[in-house]
Amino acid sequence: MAEATTLRTAPLDRARVLQWLQTYGVYAGVAALLVVNVVITPNFLTAENFRTQAVQVAPVIIVALGMALVIGTEGVDLSVGAVMALAASVTALYLGYGLLPALLAVALFAAAVGLANGALVALVGVQPIVATLALMVGGRGIALVLLPQLEDLRNPALASLGSGDVLGVPYLILIAAVLALLVAFTVRRTTFGRQLLAIGDSRPAAQLAGLPVRRVLIIVYVVCALLAAVAGVLATARLQASDPTSLGNLMELSAITAVVVGGTPLTGGRVNIAGTVAGAVLIQLLTATLIKHDLPPSWTQIAQAVVIVAAVYAARGRGRR
Amino acid sequence: MAPPAEVLAVRGLSKTFPGVRALDDVDLTLHAGEVHALIGENGAGKSTLIKLLTGVYRPDAGEITFQGAEVSFATPLEAQKAGISTIYQEVNLIPLLSVARNLFLGREPRNRFGVLDIARMNSEAEEVLRGYGVRVDVRRPLRTLGVGAQQMVALARAVATDARIVIMDEPTSSLEPREVETLFSVIRGLRDAGIAVVYVSHRLDELYAVCSTVTVLRDGRRVHHGSLAELGRLDLVSTMLGRDLGEVRAEGLTKFSGDHQATDSEPVLEAHELTVPHRLHGVSVSIRPGEVVGLGGLLGSGRTETAKAISGALPVRSGRVTVAGVPLRGGSAAAAIRAGVSLLPEDRKSEGIVPGLSVRENIALAVLPRLSRFGLVSEARVDSVVDTFVTRLRIKASSPHQKVGELSGGNQQKVLLARWLAMNPKVLLLDEPTRGIDVGAKAEVQKLVDELAADGLGVLLISSDLEELIEGSDRVVVLKDGAVVGELTGDDVTEDKLMRTIAGDTAATAPAAEEVAGDG
Ligand SMILES: Nc1ncnc2c1ncn2[C@@H]1O[C@H](COP(=O)(O)OP(=O)(O)OP(=O)(O)O)[C@@H](O)[C@H]1O
Ligand SMILES: [Mg+2]
Repeated sequence: MAEATTLRTAPLDRARVLQWLQTYGVYAGVAALLVVNVVITPNFLTAENFRTQAVQVAPVIIVALGMALVIGTEGVDLSVGAVMALAASVTALYLGYGLLPALLAVALFAAAVGLANGALVALVGVQPIVATLALMVGGRGIALVLLPQLEDLRNPALASLGSGDVLGVPYLILIAAVLALLVAFTVRRTTFGRQLLAIGDSRPAAQLAGLPVRRVLIIVYVVCALLAAVAGVLATARLQASDPTSLGNLMELSAITAVVVGGTPLTGGRVNIAGTVAGAVLIQLLTATLIKHDLPPSWTQIAQAVVIVAAVYAARGRGRR
Repeated sequence: MAPPAEVLAVRGLSKTFPGVRALDDVDLTLHAGEVHALIGENGAGKSTLIKLLTGVYRPDAGEITFQGAEVSFATPLEAQKAGISTIYQEVNLIPLLSVARNLFLGREPRNRFGVLDIARMNSEAEEVLRGYGVRVDVRRPLRTLGVGAQQMVALARAVATDARIVIMDEPTSSLEPREVETLFSVIRGLRDAGIAVVYVSHRLDELYAVCSTVTVLRDGRRVHHGSLAELGRLDLVSTMLGRDLGEVRAEGLTKFSGDHQATDSEPVLEAHELTVPHRLHGVSVSIRPGEVVGLGGLLGSGRTETAKAISGALPVRSGRVTVAGVPLRGGSAAAAIRAGVSLLPEDRKSEGIVPGLSVRENIALAVLPRLSRFGLVSEARVDSVVDTFVTRLRIKASSPHQKVGELSGGNQQKVLLARWLAMNPKVLLLDEPTRGIDVGAKAEVQKLVDELAADGLGVLLISSDLEELIEGSDRVVVLKDGAVVGELTGDDVTEDKLMRTIAGDTAATAPAAEEVAGDG
């Protein structure tokens, strides 16, 4: 092995550094931010603060999980924010019948949006970005038709979903964690997960290998919409108000950022769930840090942009030379 | 006459990929007007050597002297501008651009105002390609052409640029004899113009037909170099494989045993009057268990389309396919695969391998549902299937977890074969199964086809390697312009008869009426 090491030249080393960055950079980033905050931010190391951060990031993580699956198929889903808004409206509309019927109604609406996305992409052959753009605009439109303005929700069950906890761990965090494990397991260990990756890497080859390409694609978009709906319901529960005008705004961008920063390439064929979770956390910490230190919001956006560029740069270096 | 000038001198070139020493201290010298054969087993490092020469990869060690000056190309474009023009093994054109655009990419004709002169480009492209025997509408996107025609476009493109060296990495793998002839005359023209040619091929006939010198690589090292004519064919193979001359001689070069048990049992596959607009006009083929049926014909005669139509990958307008007497619901590859029909596609790169996934995942891809329970993959069962086939087909990879995209061309093909064999199919449709496979592995694949047929599998064999088609098939159905024009059986399965049938000499054979007679 020693011989091989000495023979290796600079370009290869750079490629390896980039590859390392793409795989582990996001964890290094999270660690670095934690350390920096411990040093410079007062009261950072309190349970209360961690709780707040975690509760804030949970919906982003949940949406990003679905987004990671879609991106793994070489697609993208811009309608997730709209689905969150739709979930908020539908919750408000059906909460009168009880929480469970309301959740069921939300699931139906979300599944319908996912089906529409999936059908456009898999059956009609519309490009994912275009297909989901249509639903992004249309979905929020429907949400606003169903419920034109903010409405306070007074339902104890919903309220406890938003702010209750088990042994001090909020439901929100538990749900996000369970979903992340479930999705990671699906990607790694199930036929569906393997097929999803193969389709993302080479759709013609997957098709000729007899894979149920259309079915997998449709399911992926439905799952993504359902996850977005879960995030929408949880966010609504936490707010104790349904706010279809602003809930989930720009969520698609946050989710895509988390996925990409987490080392999942936009070109499909690979999904990194742990990285996606860490990516969401990284962005959350970054934003929180800047806000805590009273920097204007524009700084937050610039910082996010830097992180994205770094992630894309690391991804670009992969597999070449 | 002064000795021809040295154009290229390579010293001590080495390249290591994670886990593989792809090239180890290799030298190579090229003179003007030399046609140099580069040969070696799959994974020997031929393509790697070429990619190092042309700036696709960077060497770990070694130097390259081109026309007297030391060079180090950063990109293939730089190499091309300097005068090293290359046809890479995997056709490297742009599928969505028109044929003409591809041909002129980077040096498009412009009019006085510097604007792309499309009319002139198209007419010039048409003329150039006609010289290569390719008659197509040059405004069509390149991907609508067959792989063979694409190879001719790549060739035309490589030769048209002002080059001192033209490198061809398996340029003939999808070409017909007629096109190979065209290629050879192009190569001779280059040679006479004092251009050096590097020629990579696994077809020994071709090497002896055009090459004057040879370099043999084995496991990344140069094991022989010198004049080709002085090296006998068996010597060449034994140097290449690193085996005893006696051993190679005893085994011979083709592995087909000849006839199989052409049983009288019911056909395992019957395709009846398959019609695809503009491509196939009522093609019928039947295959009995244990039979290898060859599909003969020229490029564009509809062989690939027939295989694709049978396998459900190409929608048919009319016609039907039955497998073991059960009609196949058309239009889906998945349905055909479930019924036991597997297709090894011609275009390995874009329709076969899933490049970013590992060897293991690629082999298990189709059979995965069978190795799973309730949608959960059983890793142990996957491992055992993968182990079996990696060993049986001697797939050379640093580990089952290596990405398939990183394997040499021949090994990618073996991975695909493994994918289908793992499915235990009833019928195997092989479209150019030994394309780009070295002589050793080719013999293995041929032996495998034989064994599979002996086990009762029905095989449809498409090969532009006539020898392989003739020796491997029990029966050959000849296609022309998307229709069956004849069928050769028994002693009529000869190269000569095949060529005559293709040429339209119908007296040589009876029309293929009997094979559809059973349907009434
Ligand atoms: N990008 C890469 N990353 C890792 N390994 C590689 C890469 N490219 C080639 N290799 C390895 O280097 C070795 C030489 O491969 P190469 O493609 O040069 O073989 P070849 O002689 O052209 O074979 P073939 O006749 O099958 O085309 C193989 O073992 C291959 O797996
Ligand atoms: Mg090669």
